[in-house]
Amino acid sequence: MIRRLRSASGPYLAVLPGGLWLAIFFVLPLFVMVSLSVQTGNLITGFQQTFHFANYSNMLSQYHEQLLRSLWYGVIATVLCVLLAYPMAYWIAFFGGRNKSTYLFLVLLPFFVTFVLRTVAWQFLLGDQGLVLDWLKRAGIVSQDFHVLATATAVIAGLVYNYLPFMLLPIYVALERIDPSLLEAAGDLYATRRQTFLRIVFPLTIPGIFAGVLLTFVPVVSDYVNASILGGTGQTMIGNIIQTLYLTNSDYPNASALSIVLMGILMIGIFVYARALGTRDLLDAAAG
Amino acid sequence: MSTGTNAAAGRVGGRVMQVYTWLIILWLMLPIFVIIAFGFNNTKGKFNYTWQGFTLHWYRHLFDIPDLTNALINSLTIAAIVTVISGILGTGMGFALGRWKFRGTVITELTLFANIAAPEITLATALLSLFITANVARGYWTIVIAQVMFDIAYVAVTVRARMAGYDVHLEEAARDLGAGPLTTFRLVTLPLLLPGIVAGCLLAFALSIDDFVITQFNAGQTLTFPLWVFGATRLGVPPQVNVMGTLIFVGGVLIAISSVLLSRRRT
Amino acid sequence: MTSEPTPSPLRLGRRDLLRYAGMGAGLATLAACGVSGEGKKAATGSTLEQQIKAFWAGKKQTGQVNWAQWPLYIDVGKNMGDHPSIDQFTAATGIKVNYSEPIQDDDTFFAKVQPTLSAGQYSGYDIAVITNGIDFDKFTELDLFVPLDHSYLINYEKYAGSIYKHSAYDPGNVYSVPWQSGITGIAYNTKKVPKPLTSFFDLWNPALKGKVGMFADNEDLPTPVLVAMFGDPQKTGPTQWRQAAAKLTQQRKAGIVRKYYQQDYIGALSTGDIWACQAWSGDIFQALESGAKDLVFVIPSEGAVLWTDNMVLLKNIKNPVSAMKLIDWYYQPKIAAEVAEYVNYITPVPAAQAVVKADAQKATGSNRGTLSSIANSPLVFPTPADYSKLYRYRTLTNTELTTWNEIFEPIYQS
Repeated sequence: MIRRLRSASGPYLAVLPGGLWLAIFFVLPLFVMVSLSVQTGNLITGFQQTFHFANYSNMLSQYHEQLLRSLWYGVIATVLCVLLAYPMAYWIAFFGGRNKSTYLFLVLLPFFVTFVLRTVAWQFLLGDQGLVLDWLKRAGIVSQDFHVLATATAVIAGLVYNYLPFMLLPIYVALERIDPSLLEAAGDLYATRRQTFLRIVFPLTIPGIFAGVLLTFVPVVSDYVNASILGGTGQTMIGNIIQTLYLTNSDYPNASALSIVLMGILMIGIFVYARALGTRDLLDAAAG
Repeated sequence: MSTGTNAAAGRVGGRVMQVYTWLIILWLMLPIFVIIAFGFNNTKGKFNYTWQGFTLHWYRHLFDIPDLTNALINSLTIAAIVTVISGILGTGMGFALGRWKFRGTVITELTLFANIAAPEITLATALLSLFITANVARGYWTIVIAQVMFDIAYVAVTVRARMAGYDVHLEEAARDLGAGPLTTFRLVTLPLLLPGIVAGCLLAFALSIDDFVITQFNAGQTLTFPLWVFGATRLGVPPQVNVMGTLIFVGGVLIAISSVLLSRRRT
Repeated sequence: MTSEPTPSPLRLGRRDLLRYAGMGAGLATLAACGVSGEGKKAATGSTLEQQIKAFWAGKKQTGQVNWAQWPLYIDVGKNMGDHPSIDQFTAATGIKVNYSEPIQDDDTFFAKVQPTLSAGQYSGYDIAVITNGIDFDKFTELDLFVPLDHSYLINYEKYAGSIYKHSAYDPGNVYSVPWQSGITGIAYNTKKVPKPLTSFFDLWNPALKGKVGMFADNEDLPTPVLVAMFGDPQKTGPTQWRQAAAKLTQQRKAGIVRKYYQQDYIGALSTGDIWACQAWSGDIFQALESGAKDLVFVIPSEGAVLWTDNMVLLKNIKNPVSAMKLIDWYYQPKIAAEVAEYVNYITPVPAAQAVVKADAQKATGSNRGTLSSIANSPLVFPTPADYSKLYRYRTLTNTELTTWNEIFEPIYQS
């Protein structure tokens, strides 16, 4: 009887501390933000609650170009991240041996040196006469006019660079769970390596990929640093717009409205994606 | 197909993937090498963009900027505290979401998704208003609060991914063998979860030590390393920053090497 | 009186328990009586003076003062954390200075401290350094500055250049005195652009396609265009703004602009990614010191923009008298020269030039060359002829600001 009570309260006890923290420091401010998003006015004369839902439609119509562009960059960057991260996660999980955590640590080590320094270093590396391009131009491989910086390619490359670990770690975590003897058994049963992978390994790692996509796609879309440092005239992302609305224009209602629009789109995207993947684990409870 | 060919193909494939892994690691570290190089730049002016010759001057004068040193210490201690707190809170949430189906599942997942989906500047300014209304002084601890709020979701999602396919029977087996719930958790669940927890904590640490926007708004006058560096880039990054970055990086590499050596010893 | 709406008593102002709440109302009334589009109203009026007197009456000197500054914007001694001018101040007055560099740009600093100040709390800083322009105006419109007590500004009266005593953005220097000024002009690489650039619209030259950098800023991008097309920006209105925006859009559509930069244009110019750009005077000076080659800064023939970073006192201040003394300290020629020798922007103390020249004579080696180039540089000590070509940002009212942003922000934000 006591045991059953304990296990009934298990989930709630486990979720409570984190949930409480988020409730106070995230959900509460979020409600304030939602309320702010339908106000009108300006900083000097004050903001009044007018339930001005037109803020949402205004923001959508004014900035849909940047929104779509951000979503598009997000898709490309996330796909690239999956392709780049998966083999690496596979190797670390199955061949990493005792040093698995060390590899993960090395992957994250560059983060400790602040994104500003890292991105400025990329600026230096990818400059028109920088280390990389100078050599390529001298060898005649690319034209003298060729440049990487101030293009969408540079921005996407920067996004992939900065968010790769967020894809790698969840995938690794899911892969590492797989018992290697499972793979041996499959081999014993005459499965080719390809079959083993496609039929056994990959499906087992889908939750990891889902988590990785969640932790990559979403922050990528709202990123503004890469566009601002590595981009050119046509690469402004929605994150840059939100920055400007908050800081330069002090236009808090519209900034909040746009943020909520962004969050809404992303969350819809997540649910659609989850459905498509058919992750039982995720939506069973939602359905039931 | 014989297992022999399979094994051989496996070795080759394994080699290829190993090289690939190291290439990616090196690619991730490429900008760091640039940063390290420019820590030796003998630049006379404020800017550090063009190479002017080699010098160890900046290494000798590393702690000249007291603000910078304080900022670095703040970053490290805050990251440590944040990692522990968000590690615990996030693991709890991730574990619960994976282990049980309970009434709060949907709302918890929604909250986590919303937290990850929210742009940083939105979270930052919303939290700042909260602190001001509640008359909470902004400083070291508000940074901790803000970063934990931001990191919990990352830990939770990573641990949750680990939970997929978690075998409840193992717990039952343990109980059949007489273990109480806490012992079961300690000896069965936790080891199974551990890679997920470690990965989540690594993410949280990296996020915390590199965080800029949320920290900026909720820091009061406390400085962290990213805040200081970002401020300094307005008029050129002083080479001391490169030196600091170099030392952080080298320190990390040394930690990695020593942990590899230690694990060899255990054989 | 015009159609300018009277700002309603600030909602947040009601929560304000400070003594000079009345001062805020007084200023608001003054503001309401102004004519829109003509810059800030002259802050004279006996009500204001009385209120300033009332605030400052009985204020005593405290043992310390907290100063928020931009990074790398003050003289530096042997070690980077060492600021001789500050140490000298402490030695002379016994007041400790808590010097920090939290300001990366005006927008973010404003967004950071405004909620605190408006809630009646101390921001942690007594003195801040704010650029004239939209954010400065936000501060004053929300009444977040403490008016200065000019009885402490002895050196300022004696040594400040006259142009710095008559600013349109703060008439009578009620709230601010300049720290340093700078020019937003153009810069280019003489090797890549052999024919010297003289006109602002040389930046529109199709030969420079994809090699031009412009500012991603709603003040530094449009204002020089207005200056080049119409002269004094203060005399322009939305019609002219749209014409300027059309010109900028044309430049963008022709593919001439490679990127709209924040302060990182200097890196791109130094490495040759761009060949010509809008630039700030002090940056080019420093870039040349830092090893960049063949760069030159030019004030366009049509004119350029002069901006000023100003020392201000933030509301809910804790150490007002100490702050005033620190502010006035920097108007001594000797101290101003110390700062100018490091910062290389425009000091508000013309007499500092003589000091720098003397220092140059005494110096040896490469120092001597550096110091004499500073002393003789029109970028650090502009002549009256230079000043005649420099204009201020346009002061914008609230409604004008919305229109202004709508017209100009899409240019660098699409």
